[in-house]
Amino acid sequence: METYSLLREFADSWMLLFLFLFFVGVVLWVFRPGATKTYEDPSNIPFRHEDKPAPARDADAKEA
Amino acid sequence: MTNYIKLIALGLVTLFALIAANYARDLAYLVNALTVALVAGGLFLWVLRHTDEPVEKVDLSGEYMDGVVRAGVVATAFWGVVGFLVGTFIAFQLAYPALNFEWAQGYANFGRLRPLHTSAVIFAFGGNALIATSFYVVQRTSAARLWGGNLAWFVFWGYQLVIVLAATGYLLGATQSKEYAEPEWYVDWWLTVVWLAYLAVFLGTIVKRREPHIYVANWFYLSFIITVAMLHVVNNLSIPVSIFGSKSVQVFSGVQDAMVQWWYGHNAVGFFLTAGFLGMMYYFVPKQAERPVYSYKLSIIHFWALIFLYIWAGPHHLHYTALPDWASTLGMVFSIILWMPSWGGMINGLMTLSGAWDKLRTDPIIRMMVISIGFYGMSTFEGPMMSIRAVNSLSHYTDWTIGHVHSGALGWNGMITFGALYFLVPKLWNRERLYSLNLVSWHFWLATIGIILYAASMWVTGIMEGLMWREVDANGFLVNSFADTVAAKFPMYVVRGLGGVLFLAGAVIMCYNLWMTVRRSPAVAAANSAVPAE
Repeated sequence: METYSLLREFADSWMLLFLFLFFVGVVLWVFRPGATKTYEDPSNIPFRHEDKPAPARDADAKEA
Repeated sequence: MTNYIKLIALGLVTLFALIAANYARDLAYLVNALTVALVAGGLFLWVLRHTDEPVEKVDLSGEYMDGVVRAGVVATAFWGVVGFLVGTFIAFQLAYPALNFEWAQGYANFGRLRPLHTSAVIFAFGGNALIATSFYVVQRTSAARLWGGNLAWFVFWGYQLVIVLAATGYLLGATQSKEYAEPEWYVDWWLTVVWLAYLAVFLGTIVKRREPHIYVANWFYLSFIITVAMLHVVNNLSIPVSIFGSKSVQVFSGVQDAMVQWWYGHNAVGFFLTAGFLGMMYYFVPKQAERPVYSYKLSIIHFWALIFLYIWAGPHHLHYTALPDWASTLGMVFSIILWMPSWGGMINGLMTLSGAWDKLRTDPIIRMMVISIGFYGMSTFEGPMMSIRAVNSLSHYTDWTIGHVHSGALGWNGMITFGALYFLVPKLWNRERLYSLNLVSWHFWLATIGIILYAASMWVTGIMEGLMWREVDANGFLVNSFADTVAAKFPMYVVRGLGGVLFLAGAVIMCYNLWMTVRRSPAVAAANSAVPAE
């Protein structure tokens, strides 16, 4: 089979199915139970560390 | 040691550029070779003079790298004004052909200036805005300094070199005639190097982030950087005719070339002008509104839906061509589905203000961001509609397309960038506030009225011209000649030019305001020196 037909057939069958399922999976994953609480913290990222980077991890460890 | 390697490399580049200038087969290549020789030679001298200075090892990991962001902000404002100025001039060239001066024929006529305008606004203004804001945002949301040290400076200056080489090349006639991908092969190669360095800096910073989660703005920026790299390389696969000349020949030909070009072209819109600028929206709108994004879940779905769908929309540029029908139908269908993520993103941006709508009255910066999101919604409604084959048969090749592009570019990209610049300058130069909010209001209204004049006149002239082209008399003969439509468009062309003048005036006011902010605004008072107990 020539390359074009081969790729074409793959693209509109298995690849299409894979991309579609991946996308549906992402949507379902986003609405998993407990997601609202999980995303509360990331949505506040812009309001932290405005002026300075977070201290290095070993410094964190010392404080703890 | 590294300095010696740098010196050898810069010396070789200078030498080769001078040899290339000597053997240059065309003027554009000659000028570009001399530019490269000048830059590399200058850097050679600079490195040479500093080569034995002791290097102080300072630990900077406790600070953000903001110098390169400041430079990016200046470059954004500068290239913005240049791009708007050229755009306004060529708008008047279309209204008054006498502005294609006889003495500048072949250099400053519409055909040469038009790619200069599009590249200046998209890649110089938009690109610098994206690089600067992405460097700012990725540091703040990762709580880490930029990765790679001076590599970020290499990205900045390397990108400016791309702009200068491309711009001088256009005026002197070096173009591969691909819309939005006009630069010739050696500029393409250089941009690939710079872009990979950009990817490395951005990704390196994300890898060493201190926040466990990658904030959604960074997802958008990252998809923009990766996709543009892929599009750029594939669309610029060409073989130079000579290593000493600017001309190159595309690897693809015919309809394949057209499809690759519009796969590139539409995704330049989708990932450069949309995904990248959405990254800006997801950081600066919450910051300016002082509240988190309306729905973080929606932002994740927005991201995946947008990148999954946009990549297929390109064929709608090739309705009624040699492209197979199934391909252009595919492009049309995906363009229409794109409505959903686009409007989801618009709603997410606008609703971020819920509970803070009163800020619209007091804060002209948030007003700018809101109208930019409004224009995003409008142009992502108009675009899918124009991609429908039946609508496209009326709108294609007319000024409607140009109006659509500008309501997106001036309204969405321009306004969100202005908003980001107004947010960034006081922060970056450590100023308490902007020099004048009043001038921001002036800018807002001048730009808004300018865009409305532009878009409205282009709707009128576009639809008029489309209808005139297809008008036939009782015997089936075309009623109008092409020149008839050109004559009929004159008043709208003047209005469009005036819209450009207003938009340009607003940008100049912004530059003045930002300049005075740096010069005159009071510095932020040093924070209380008491250090909290550890």
